[in-house]
Amino acid sequence: MSILVNRDTRVVTQGITGKTGQFHTQTSRAYANGKNCYVAGVNPKKAGESFEGIPVFASVRDAKSQTGVNVSVIYVPPAGAAAAIWEAVEADLDLAICITEGIPVRDMIAVRDRMKKEGRRTLLLGPNCPGVITPEELKIGIMPGHIHRKGRVGVVSRSGTLTYEAVAQLTDLGIGQSTAVGIGGDPVNGLKHVDVLQLFNEDPETDAVVMIGEIGGADEETAARWAKANMKKPVVGFIAGVTAPPGKRMGHAGAIISGGKGTAQEKLAVMEECGIRVTRNPAEMGRTLQSALK
Amino acid sequence: MKIHEYQGKELFRKFGVATPRGIPCFTADEAVDAARKLGGGVWVVKAQIHAGGRGKGGGVKVAKSPDEVKQKATQILGMQLVTHQTGPGGQKVRRLLVEEGADIAKELYIGMVVDRQTQRVCLMASSEGGMDIEEVAARHPEKIHKVFIDPALGLTGEDASEVSRKIGVPENSVPQAAQLLQSLYKCFDETDASLAEINPLILTGENKVVALDSKLNFDDNGLFRHPEIVAMRDLDEEDPLEIEASKHDLSYISLDGNIGCMVNGAGLAMATMDTIKLFGGEPANFLDVGGGATAEKVTAAFKIMLSNPKVKAILVNIFGGIMKCDTIATGVVAAAREVHLSVPLVVRMRGTNEDLGKKILADSGLPIISADNMAEAAQKIVAAVKGR
Repeated sequence: MSILVNRDTRVVTQGITGKTGQFHTQTSRAYANGKNCYVAGVNPKKAGESFEGIPVFASVRDAKSQTGVNVSVIYVPPAGAAAAIWEAVEADLDLAICITEGIPVRDMIAVRDRMKKEGRRTLLLGPNCPGVITPEELKIGIMPGHIHRKGRVGVVSRSGTLTYEAVAQLTDLGIGQSTAVGIGGDPVNGLKHVDVLQLFNEDPETDAVVMIGEIGGADEETAARWAKANMKKPVVGFIAGVTAPPGKRMGHAGAIISGGKGTAQEKLAVMEECGIRVTRNPAEMGRTLQSALK
Repeated sequence: MKIHEYQGKELFRKFGVATPRGIPCFTADEAVDAARKLGGGVWVVKAQIHAGGRGKGGGVKVAKSPDEVKQKATQILGMQLVTHQTGPGGQKVRRLLVEEGADIAKELYIGMVVDRQTQRVCLMASSEGGMDIEEVAARHPEKIHKVFIDPALGLTGEDASEVSRKIGVPENSVPQAAQLLQSLYKCFDETDASLAEINPLILTGENKVVALDSKLNFDDNGLFRHPEIVAMRDLDEEDPLEIEASKHDLSYISLDGNIGCMVNGAGLAMATMDTIKLFGGEPANFLDVGGGATAEKVTAAFKIMLSNPKVKAILVNIFGGIMKCDTIATGVVAAAREVHLSVPLVVRMRGTNEDLGKKILADSGLPIISADNMAEAAQKIVAAVKGR
């Protein structure tokens, strides 16, 4: 087991004819079971063509009916990315993973609203995220596969390289991961920390979770409160941005302290209150998890 | 992206949000001409900088004759205006807005932001205009009324009227107030704004509702659709280092410390700054080189960090994924040579081709201090700064 994706997942790449889409489809395909999992690509203008043996279809719907894909990964440029998300949702896939960075917030508000109003079942991961990996089974996204190792610790984070940092620390300590999930750094997105915690809570092959957050918003607080009431497994945490000044956007569109809300201190305090073991030293994320397992 | 008050009001008028008549000016003489053109007997001379709190800082003055307009304009133009948002150095005033005086009977507050929880635009309205809204939120949260706007419907006339009544707009002015709120939402939505604020929104002696101020910020990701808004950008209001960084596709923010840091990824960059602080140092900047750093990009990053005279040491923290450590190492060596680096440099690398990267650094003959993890890197950089 694992969450969201595994060796049986079948993936369609939206934006497979672009440079980024091709590069990451190649590297993801070369990882573990990727060869069997990446079965389709989409480009309305290039239907009938193929990329390194992967057939290109006119739409996600076509790709699904021809190949049985259930998950999509999106590398479409920002201006068309929200429409690409909607296409995956309309095709009724299980999960759409949007890697694209720089999508206008207004477009995300519109597509999220439509998903909710129509009661669509497709989950959305991202946008502006590294993707998701179930080590030694399937990698969907831009993370370096080789730092991961199969195991029983879940990782969920808003940022890319900081997730890799946490994963590498775990692997160095001999602690493998069940699934590592990057939910992305945008203010309006799909799955949030709390949603991923729920999935890890229900996964019999996950024993503990590392939750990594950053300044801005209140998602970490929401997740912490939910964990206090429901989580059956230990959660450890880190929040980036203790030194970030208010009003300055720290790279991610969502990483901004505004109106005195969303500070790292506030988040850390709530997490601690809710029984989450936190560290203020990001070099200690792995060891903090290790100590929680004892 | 931020714009000036007068630019915000131009957009407001385009969308049907009532504002006083006003003319932007760059000199005191232009201010006098503007006052004559506007007519009347009372004018307001307003400093145009991107920070709020201008009135309290002495950047907004009332004048009752063209001579007085000239006098006030001369005082304000060129001053270093210090407000709670500018920092202690203040911001130099280069532009003015001369407006007709307004007859203020009541001051209200209107704001719009994207609410992350509901994933909708949130309209906030309060009867307590003219003061800091965060103070109102802290002291009288019951006086802030919120509407979460359905993106498919927009702000409805019903909701706009109801919230207008709640903040004390008299019944016969409710239709005009509601129209103004609906126009403001249209403006917010169609320009890809990230924040809109009118503080104060006033009720005049004749019960007209008018936007006496304007604050508009835009979603940088939406700017590609709005060349007319990009044209409003005022580079004088931005940090020159941040502008230089954006030209190289680097995300850079100046801070107050003395340790420059270059990191890949926003989260890891923040975490690196935090670690420096944890071990007793102070970061001089946030710098995310992004996913595809080249030798040129790394060199540009070094130049930008070093053009800050406070920088006494540099910490590089890279987690190589797609970006390989050897590429970064080559870039760091080239950059250190090109800028004749004279401050201590600590490099921590992890990930793809890590050993190759470390070897390139070691073989360079440069006095680069290597570190294996973030904590060690932070300790070494703090020691290096204190040792000088």
